[in-house]
Parts: sequence; structure tokens; C-alpha cells
Amino acid sequence: MIAYALQQLINGITLGMVYGLIAVGYTMVYGIIGMINFAHGDVFMVGAYVGIIVLTAFSGMGIAAVPVGLLVALLVSVVLCGVYGFTIERAAYRPLRGSFRLAPLISAIGMSILLENFVQTSQGAKDRAIPEPIPGGFKIMQQHGFVVQMSYMQIAIIVTTLVTLGIFTYIVTKTPLGRAMRAIEQDAKMAALLGVNTNRVISLTFVIGSALAAVAGIMFLSYYGVINFFIGFNAGIKAFTAAVLGGIGSLPGAVLGGLLIGLIEAFWSGYATIAYKDVAVYSILAIVLMFMPTGLLGRADIEKV
Amino acid sequence: MSTMLSLSGVTAFYGQIQALRGIDLTVEKGEIVTLIGANGAGKSTLMMTICGNPRARTGSIIYQGEDITQCAMHDIARKRIAHAPEGRRIFPRMSVEENLLMGAQVVKFADYDKQLALMFDLFPRLKERINQRGGTLSGGEQQMLAIARALMSKPDLLMLDEPSLGLAPLVVKQIFGAIRQLNRELGLTVLLVEQNAYQALRLAHRGYVLVNGAITMQGGGAELLARPEIKAAYLEGGH
Repeated sequence: MIAYALQQLINGITLGMVYGLIAVGYTMVYGIIGMINFAHGDVFMVGAYVGIIVLTAFSGMGIAAVPVGLLVALLVSVVLCGVYGFTIERAAYRPLRGSFRLAPLISAIGMSILLENFVQTSQGAKDRAIPEPIPGGFKIMQQHGFVVQMSYMQIAIIVTTLVTLGIFTYIVTKTPLGRAMRAIEQDAKMAALLGVNTNRVISLTFVIGSALAAVAGIMFLSYYGVINFFIGFNAGIKAFTAAVLGGIGSLPGAVLGGLLIGLIEAFWSGYATIAYKDVAVYSILAIVLMFMPTGLLGRADIEKV
Repeated sequence: MSTMLSLSGVTAFYGQIQALRGIDLTVEKGEIVTLIGANGAGKSTLMMTICGNPRARTGSIIYQGEDITQCAMHDIARKRIAHAPEGRRIFPRMSVEENLLMGAQVVKFADYDKQLALMFDLFPRLKERINQRGGTLSGGEQQMLAIARALMSKPDLLMLDEPSLGLAPLVVKQIFGAIRQLNRELGLTVLLVEQNAYQALRLAHRGYVLVNGAITMQGGGAELLARPEIKAAYLEGGH
């Protein structure tokens, strides 16, 4: 049935966009300093919580304009998560640079646990919920009594993600900062020899990655309406999987991987059993990596010398 | 003449291994100075130590009257010391243009076009390759790009590490010609490491011989060329 498949496609793309945004943060940090930032998923979770706090404050003040509240929540969350990302790198990763490879990884897991516990104690362990911020949607088609819907929220999520990714792509490909980021990724020592302050650029990479995670956090919050302190773990692992599937280190790969995982999840839940959707995702990851060890858009590091 | 760069008693280590043992060296403004020595003598390390990585453990490095011994790598680069290091280290997944833009990091944007035009004069080949990725250039083209990238920062001191390595004789001639031209016409100060000791000493005003991390001999280019021990150690069959 076309209508049903179309509905899964819409759901999958929406979900995939959120994964893609988080995955970009993983792949960026991996590209530039070669570590997996396991606390990244928790920055996403913090982003969602900042959103819920701002939205609650807004409704507490009796301001009813939800889209405005959402926009303010987005901005506040982006700024605060940027600060989180900056601080995490400064406090937990930079002192370990030049140490053995596992050290920052363990430190990242520590940061992840710290953030989860911090939010759990300060915000409570129970699920927090908001009413649907932008209700309603389009009816796209109807077939045998099944209505294909695209909610306004889904449209908002897809548009916001595309705009965010557009800005991000511009920064990476066209600005001096983006060029310096790519230079460090390719040869950090040479970049420093040419006058690039590598520490500053690495800090900014964390700030940008965390800001993207904040956007994803707000998207997640407004799409599902329910969050808890543990959402960062699951979404983080999924996004990390997306980054690996797309080819870790590749920015378009992260977005592609995110979309694929969103689609696999949506279609699997729609046609097979929802309980096994994660099994499906990771099985496909395993199969892809068996045949393409560097991921879909990753490159084997063979360069002409 | 005033002194551009002077090192006194510089030592450097890689972990436990001492790579430089008390180096004293000066480079005057407008000079071409060359370092010669066998593989592993510490020539490349000496250049990298001037750039701040590895940091000198003892001794001092004075550049244009300023002590830069403890400066960070990017700060040293901003003082207009440009280094085209060993192995060229072109950014492989960036275009020629982006590689040159990286070199121009430290200059004002207004100077970029002027420097770029100068580089195209010097190495017309780069102009044809402007949109090609660095990693796909030939060895000679990569070397030209490495030198041009270093020059984009309008350096006062240019350091070149083995610019002739692995290149065809004709390309080597072209690159050495470019170095001489830059030195004569723009008064660029050059510190050169070269395996081809004969060509290097002919090009340079002065030279230092490095053995096992220490300087064992120094003198004018022609003077060193005439020494029998230099001939025996570095020049036999070398030209």
C-alpha cells in the first residue's frame, strides 16, 4: 500500500534528520582529533532539557505563543550547549591530548555519566512531557481509509534541519574557520606551522558540534513531547552508528547515515515488529561494514605521496 | 647587516633521545644559509625546533631581536617565519587554491591577490592546477606548491627542508632558480636543508655541517665546497 509506505517515509526522514544532526557532531570531532566524543549524546539531552525549561518558563509567564517560545528555546539551548561543549573539551579532553588513545575515550564516558547524573539529580528521574507545541498537519493523500499525514511539526523539523545543515556546510567549506578545521583534520602540525591556533579551532569545533546537538535536542523534544535524562544514551548510540554507517569523518556521510537509520527504523517498525527495530539498524550496520569497512562515503586513507 | 635569527646552545629531545646538542647558529638578513649533514644528523629537527615543535629544552632562539624559544607554533608562524617542511605536507584533500589560502592565514586579505600573482609568476604551473586537489599533483608540483604556500605569508625568513628530494633534475634547477631569484630580488632570507650538498653550497652564502646533532664545521659556501673533508663525506659522486 503506497499510502502506508509514504507515511513511513515521512516519519523516517523526520527521525533521520535528528539523527543526522547529532551524527555530524560525532564525525566532526572524530575527523579533527580522532576521538569518539561519547558525551555528545548527553549534550543533545541537555539541549532538550534546556528546551523544556524555557518552554515551561514561557507558559508559566502566561505567554501563549508557542512558536515564539520554541524559537527562544532553540536559541538559548544552542548557546548553552555551546558552552557545555567548550567546557567539556577544555576540562576533560584537552589535558589528555597527546596521552594514549584510550584516555580521552574513558574521560568521555565519564563526562557522559556526569551529565546524565547531573540532569537526573537537578531535573528528576521521571519523564518530563510538554504538550504538542505545533499541533495539526497536512493531509497528503488518502487510500483505503488510510490517511497520510505530514504534521506541521515534521515540516518544521525538516526545514530547521536543512537550514542548520546549510549554514554548517557554508562554515565548513567557505569560511577561514572551516578551512582551518579541514586543514587540522588533514595535517594538524602543518596547520600550526602555517599559523593556525589549533587549540582554538578544536574548541570551536566542539562548540559548533554541540550547537547542532542542541538543535537536535529541541527537535526531539517537540517531536516526541517526552524526554528523560537517559535519552542521550540511545540517541547518541544511534547517531554514532549513523556516523560510522556513513563513514566516520565524512560530514555528508553523517547526514546520509542518519537518514538511512531513521528510514530503517521507520520502515522496520511499520512493516515488521517495532520491538526489533534496533536489531534491524545494527544488523544493517554490521552488513554494510562487512562489505564497506570505511562506511558508505568514508575513504580509505590512501593518498599519493 | 643585521641578524635575522640566532640560536645559542639549543638542545632538543624526542622523548629520551637527544636530537640537538648545543646548536649555535646565526642567519643574517638577506642571506642564504644551508645546513648539510647525513640522514638523521638533526637538520630537520633543527628547523622544527625553530618553529617550536619540539620545543628547545635549553638554549635560546632569538628572532629579529625577540626571544621566541617558548612561543607556540602558531605564534612563531605569525612572526613571519615560514617553513616548507620535510615531505612537503600538502593538504591532500584541498585544492591548490585552498592550500595557498592556508599559507596566507597570517596576512591581511588585501595582500592575498598580490602574493598570489607573485607565486603564479614564480611557478606558472600552479596557475594551471589551481582547482586540482593537492594530493593528485605530481611530486614536483607538490614541491612548488609547498614553497609557494610558505611564501604566501610574506615571510621574512623562509625555511626549506629538502626541496629537491625525489625530483627530476630539471625541476630541481627550476626550484633552485626560484630560491635564488627570491633572495636577489626581494632580499628574502633563506635557511635551506639540502641532501644535494654541492648544489646547496653553490647557492648559499654560508653553510653549517651538522653531525649527530652538533655543528662540526661552518664557513662560506665556496669555502666549504673546497674543503677536502666535505668533499669526501658529502660530495663524492654527488654532482
